[in-house]
Amino acid sequence: MCLAIPGKVIELDSQNALQAIVDVVGVRRKVDLGLLQDAPPVPGDWVLIHVGFAMSKISEADAADQMRTLTMLGEAEAAMQEVRGYGLENKQNEQQDQSVPRLKQ
Amino acid sequence: MKFVDEFRSPRLISRTGEEIRRLADPNRHYRIMEVCGGHTHAIYRFGLKDLLPSNVELIHGPGCPVCVLPMGRIDDGLSLAAEPNFIFAAFGDMMRVPGTHGSPLEYKARGMDVRIVYSPTDALKLARSNPEKHVMFFAIGFETTAPSTALTLVRAKAEGLRNFSVFCNHVTIIPAIRAILDSPDMRLDGFVGPGHVSTVIGCRPYDWIAKDEGKPVVVSGFEPLDILQSIVMLLRQLRKGEAKVENQYKRVVPWEGNRAALRAMAEVFELRPYFEWRGLGFISQSALKIRASYAAWDSEQRFSVPGVRVTDPKAAQCGEVLKGVLKPAQCKLFGRECTPEQPVGALMVSSEGSCAAYFNYEHRKPIAIAAAAN
Repeated sequence: MCLAIPGKVIELDSQNALQAIVDVVGVRRKVDLGLLQDAPPVPGDWVLIHVGFAMSKISEADAADQMRTLTMLGEAEAAMQEVRGYGLENKQNEQQDQSVPRLKQ
Repeated sequence: MKFVDEFRSPRLISRTGEEIRRLADPNRHYRIMEVCGGHTHAIYRFGLKDLLPSNVELIHGPGCPVCVLPMGRIDDGLSLAAEPNFIFAAFGDMMRVPGTHGSPLEYKARGMDVRIVYSPTDALKLARSNPEKHVMFFAIGFETTAPSTALTLVRAKAEGLRNFSVFCNHVTIIPAIRAILDSPDMRLDGFVGPGHVSTVIGCRPYDWIAKDEGKPVVVSGFEPLDILQSIVMLLRQLRKGEAKVENQYKRVVPWEGNRAALRAMAEVFELRPYFEWRGLGFISQSALKIRASYAAWDSEQRFSVPGVRVTDPKAAQCGEVLKGVLKPAQCKLFGRECTPEQPVGALMVSSEGSCAAYFNYEHRKPIAIAAAAN
């Protein structure tokens, strides 16, 4: 719950401007953009996610730092479990799990 | 020290450690509180205490939402879960937190409909897909999660979704800091300010700590280097006799916070006159309640809640640990009756609780070393 999870905005939802597909280490989930509506992110932007909501825009380097911090804290697995849990369903477009999550380019 | 190799820029880290030693006046004892449970976890995990001189002491603050929630609130929430056609939804962090008659997970084992959700909007989805049931989201957290709950309630209202409500336990960090500073047995020199809470509230709400209380505050990131740099910034201020609010975590925390998040909170929540914090007692205006305009989505306004008050087990000294008066291992139950596997007190439940962090990284360390030596 207190984890800030970094992700990359892949595409905005055409039906709902306040939602986007966000990629976290290969797992793609719908993330709510409602708390960034003053300066909405665009595809390619990196965000920090809290409980399914993008809370701040960050740089790609900061995203990598945050994922490494989570890994070092032993929380990377919990973070991925949280991300997989968003939406209460499993999506098809998911890549193979990696034992040590790293950010993709 | 063995973790240091894993850090980014280990050389910079040891140089920052040296800088801390240089800045710390050997004739003075510094007590610095890290407010956020995430920082507590990082400090233990990374063994940062090993890099500090013995006269720079870190005191672990109240910033673990699971830890400060009184047991009575859990009992109240779970009492509703016993109603027919009721779904109790909460974050995974809540699931093992003991209530008087068991944790949410144990209630689930007894046949109650208890679900883990990872986002409040998922609780909303549960309500949509279970129209014959009532879904109650048991909301906890500081300002990091409160805006998400707020926006979820805005959506529920806009949709007219009637089978959804929130049992609101959101708390705010500033009054807790005030209560700690007002506490007579507490002497602190400065604060490592919370990183992600400040993403929402910004840095201004800490101004009074510097101006009125004369204590420096440095909002910090979560990497080892972030925390050490924040300590350097605090010691520099203390050395110069200054007290101001600084932002070490500029790459994520804007000075003004997140206005959209603050608007969402203002729309849905108002301050409770007072709220009980585990270990700290009643603190005025320290928690959020759902406004009357959202009464139909407030579990407490909609259902009859017993309003249970449960005192912590007498032997557990969570309050003293939470205020930094006692170290975790000085509690009589620590590591014996109370462990992360079988928590008695709340500080043992969450990985951000200082007792669990201490148990996992300090208490076990000698055991691990002994095992390796054999």
